Amino acid sequence: MGPLIPNGVIGGGWDFVIAILLGVAFGFILEASGFSSSRNLAGVFYGYNFVVLRVFFTALIVAMVGLLYFDYVGWISLSQIFILPTFLGPMIVGGVIMGVGFVLGGFCPGTSFTGIAIGKLDAVFFAIGLYVGIFGFSLAFPLFENFFTSGNLGNVTLTDLTGIPAPVFAVVFTVVALAAFWGTMFIEKRVRKNMKQYKF
Amino acid sequence: MSSEQTNIQEPKYINPYLGGVLLGLLVLATVFITGRGLGASGAVKSAVVTTSNTIAPKATEANAYMCQFLSDGHSPMNTWLVFESLGLLLGGILSGIVFGRMKKFRIDKGPQISNKKRLILALIGGALFGLGSQFGRGCTSGAALSGTATFALGGVIVMFSIFGTGYLVAYFFRKFWI
Repeated sequence: MGPLIPNGVIGGGWDFVIAILLGVAFGFILEASGFSSSRNLAGVFYGYNFVVLRVFFTALIVAMVGLLYFDYVGWISLSQIFILPTFLGPMIVGGVIMGVGFVLGGFCPGTSFTGIAIGKLDAVFFAIGLYVGIFGFSLAFPLFENFFTSGNLGNVTLTDLTGIPAPVFAVVFTVVALAAFWGTMFIEKRVRKNMKQYKF
Repeated sequence: MSSEQTNIQEPKYINPYLGGVLLGLLVLATVFITGRGLGASGAVKSAVVTTSNTIAPKATEANAYMCQFLSDGHSPMNTWLVFESLGLLLGGILSGIVFGRMKKFRIDKGPQISNKKRLILALIGGALFGLGSQFGRGCTSGAALSGTATFALGGVIVMFSIFGTGYLVAYFFRKFWI
């Protein structure tokens, strides 16, 4: 049955309508969770607000377990869904650059859009930065074209790499997430107590 | 909280675990319907290619990166992620209205830095994020969340690189936030 659009269950004409609807839900959830504030987001790196960890890891394990369940009952075939290709070196470098950008900028792309939505000027500047960064990347592309396409392992999953079944990874992620939820509860309480100012 | 703290009352946010469950179900629904996950940086890339193609079509076609996203039939803005990101903005506005957070322009920052410095840092951070997202084949939404949720090795690598680096460098930038 699923995925619905690639399998023709829902006509391709609905593609963009569905894109907007899913986007609206995405934006609503992010904003309602407090992701429209850079102060909340940066808190995950300083221990005064772990909302990023809570929302991100909960979403991750719900989606992982849900996908396995959908696959198990036959609603979706995991072999038919898009698997992000792995480019080992470029992805590590990209992640490192994004990590620095996250701490400096206080947003990631999606959250900056929700910040703009409710009038955060720092989110506007972050999004302008995104544009500049991607433009700069495109112009300078010939300089690192070889690196960009290096380390291509194809569309591999964790299971392809290790031979360990996907449910095992779902369980591991769930256990780690629950432990992190529990531990960070205490860290957050302690750090907030010592903070002089936390203005939203 | 003691009285000498100047914490302003926390805005009304939904429970983070509820937010997480909803976001997880949304990723699940998105994969179930479209066969792939959510994204955000892709829309900015489309905007870059579109402006470049409008100003300098020849140079854009000659650019080995941007030419991949050009097609004769339609504008580079005519992509799934652009529409999804438009929805993302609308959803943010909707939530802002529902929870009373739609206000005039303001800046979030740590107590120790000026507005000007915060905006410059946001610009630099955004530029780095934009640059990194191209190498990473996606950002926190497309690679880290949707990628890892579908058990893609690349998603896991990007997720750990982003958050691992964040924690490694956070100490050096602490003056900006605490």
